[in-house]
Amino acid sequence: MTTLVKSKLKTFIGGIHPEDDGKLLTKGKKEASAPLPKVVYLFMSQHIGAPCKPVVKKGDMVKKGQLIGEAQGFVSANVHASVSGKVVDVAPWPHPITGIKSPAVIIERTEDDSWIEGVNEDFDIDHISPDEIKQRIQSAGIVGLGGATFPTHVKLTPPKDRVIDTVVMNGAECEPYLTCDYRLMLDKPHEIIQGLKFVMKCLGCKKAHIGIETNKEDVYTLFKDILSNEPQIKIDLMEVKYPQGAEHQLIKALLNREFKPTQLPLEVGAIVINVGTAFAVYEAVKFKRPLIERLVTVTGNGVENPQNFLVRLGTPIKQLLEEAKAAADANKVIFGGPMMGIAQGNADAAVTVKGTGGILVLKDARQWQSHACIRCGRCIDACPYGLNPSELSITCEAKEFNLAVENNVMECKECGCCSFICPAKRPIVHFIKFAKAEIAKQRVKV
Amino acid sequence: MQEKVSMSDQKQNNNTLIVSASPHIRDMESIPTIMWAVVLSLIPAGIAGVFTFGFYCLYVVFLSCITAVITEVFILRLRKLPVLSALKDGSAVVTGILLAYTLPPSVPWYIPVVGSFFAVAIAKHAFGGLGNNIWNPALAARAFLQVAYPAVINSDWRTLTQHGIHKLVHNITQVDAEGKLVDAITRATPLAKEAGAETYRLTQLLMGNVPGCIGETSAIALLLGGIFLIYKRHIKWYVPAYYIAAVFIMVLILPPQVATPWIKNPFYHIFAGGLFLGAFFMSTDMVTSPLTKRGLIIFAIGCGILTALIRFYSGYPEGVCYSILLMNTATPLIDRFTKPRLYGTGGKKA
Repeated sequence: MTTLVKSKLKTFIGGIHPEDDGKLLTKGKKEASAPLPKVVYLFMSQHIGAPCKPVVKKGDMVKKGQLIGEAQGFVSANVHASVSGKVVDVAPWPHPITGIKSPAVIIERTEDDSWIEGVNEDFDIDHISPDEIKQRIQSAGIVGLGGATFPTHVKLTPPKDRVIDTVVMNGAECEPYLTCDYRLMLDKPHEIIQGLKFVMKCLGCKKAHIGIETNKEDVYTLFKDILSNEPQIKIDLMEVKYPQGAEHQLIKALLNREFKPTQLPLEVGAIVINVGTAFAVYEAVKFKRPLIERLVTVTGNGVENPQNFLVRLGTPIKQLLEEAKAAADANKVIFGGPMMGIAQGNADAAVTVKGTGGILVLKDARQWQSHACIRCGRCIDACPYGLNPSELSITCEAKEFNLAVENNVMECKECGCCSFICPAKRPIVHFIKFAKAEIAKQRVKV
Repeated sequence: MQEKVSMSDQKQNNNTLIVSASPHIRDMESIPTIMWAVVLSLIPAGIAGVFTFGFYCLYVVFLSCITAVITEVFILRLRKLPVLSALKDGSAVVTGILLAYTLPPSVPWYIPVVGSFFAVAIAKHAFGGLGNNIWNPALAARAFLQVAYPAVINSDWRTLTQHGIHKLVHNITQVDAEGKLVDAITRATPLAKEAGAETYRLTQLLMGNVPGCIGETSAIALLLGGIFLIYKRHIKWYVPAYYIAAVFIMVLILPPQVATPWIKNPFYHIFAGGLFLGAFFMSTDMVTSPLTKRGLIIFAIGCGILTALIRFYSGYPEGVCYSILLMNTATPLIDRFTKPRLYGTGGKKA
């Protein structure tokens, strides 16, 4: 930071600066392998889009990497067995993100941890065709690992009339506390860049742009060195600001292009992939490895031993919490970061899914008493999407849904800046989520 | 989606986790931290007032605050709302201080009491309490007092002696031509337009040893508090800046009706009277001003234009109070026309 003038840093308008000592908890923690789980619970829906159809049944023996859930339709992503073992049940299980019981394949692990045949070989990648890249990504069941879990092969299939000129890679990791992307970038830079190149090749894209926040300057210098002979891949430092890693803010900061909150980046000729996704793409294309594990930051003041665990999908978090020595009096367990994560009601039943980048355990987590809006306007200054959260929170609370729609409630991305900054501690995002759900219900009825 | 309601200090059972919507961390600033910072920022002006007009001012401020707090408790009880948390937020104290600062230093005791009661009970709570009031409670009460007790509020500064409290007043101010001490309080305010009214030096106006209301005379003390609030980001710098600039420019443009020596002196206008108090502490009241930057700038310029118009063409010497109240009234309208621009729909973000 010392050598850089602050005004030179790329960023966007709005947003917030949460105090973040949380990242320090795990910044220095290298990838640690969590002990393999005895039982894994693999949801058929770990992505945005249609849930998979289970292709195994109770009593089947499966091998690691075997397809167990088949994608239904194009916007969907395959699910593979993350351990070898026996399918003990195909039954509904409480989903950590939606909170609703949803179908899962439950596998009891056996000792053997070898891959199914046909995967995990070193394939020739020099002459691979774009279609082959996409096909491998699709069959590996890769989704956006930044948390949005949008199937990656769908992103790689833009409509014919759209030209994607730049692939933007997100190394911002703007959520406080989380460091799994940081660790991945430090430990696997070559693999990540190779993954990015696969994506570029797949799209026929000549340019790529990587954005990294200044709190990860070591990563920036590392990447800069590796990319010194690759002028087509640019890398820039960005201001540490939330939500710097969201698609709109990232593209604004790096490419200075704007598009509506509900539009996709391809509207402005770009796609965004997370560094974690790029790594998974590398694994899928080079080795045909399906997505069965990922880095998960287990952290917070409620754990004694915060870690970045390499975790098999479907692992009960109970086991991770034990490994991290979670305090008995921890009163909040969050899937994801503190800004957009989902609080869990039952930590015993929760299992990791593809989008789980962090498990935040807090003790002494507060509940704030909310007050009437005092119209300070801080939420408007903070909203990176140009909404009026103050007014939205009032209209949504009063269930004036028509008025809320008029004021663009459906454009809200629920990033949480407004609730964070609100001095009246209004649960603005909560009101908006509620209204959006209600409006969606009404629309289905009509 | 249901957010569990539980008190923050309640110990959680080992097996129960709090489930609430994101985000799970919040900024440190809250209504109490903002309000108490405003109280802190008002202290220099109060000290200047006591220094200029004597310790009786302190009594007025105290009476005003205590009435505001008692009224707040009473009304909260009446409305069956939690008393303690609302009291802790300090908004009643802010209203009390602000009202006292807009009163002449010589007011009899019942003026701050009646005014404060009106401010909290009528101007604030009758409209729904903090956050829902249309007008700045302190200014609404000041306007009410001006109508209800014109003799006391309007420039009859001699009431002080009539009430037999002159002994309390420690007067440090003026020396007249013969070298005799002159009671500053019994003289006309710097903005009085009547013939023979005095003109003051700018340094006097800055320091505050001129006649006027308790908390409005010292521009430097008010500026100090204002800068503190701007630094803490509780008020936006452009509101007082545009307000004062608008007055400055209007003074240069407008043709005056009366020919006092200072009428066309913009510096005199911005330092005299209640402009600094109004610009830094009242036009910046978040509840009664617009939400967006564009809206706030329109609001501030409107305040400035109205203040100058009232000072130039009305019977009142001072226009700050009514100009802000009028712009408070226009706030919903301004908000309607200055909605923030949805991201990605062209133009600059408001």
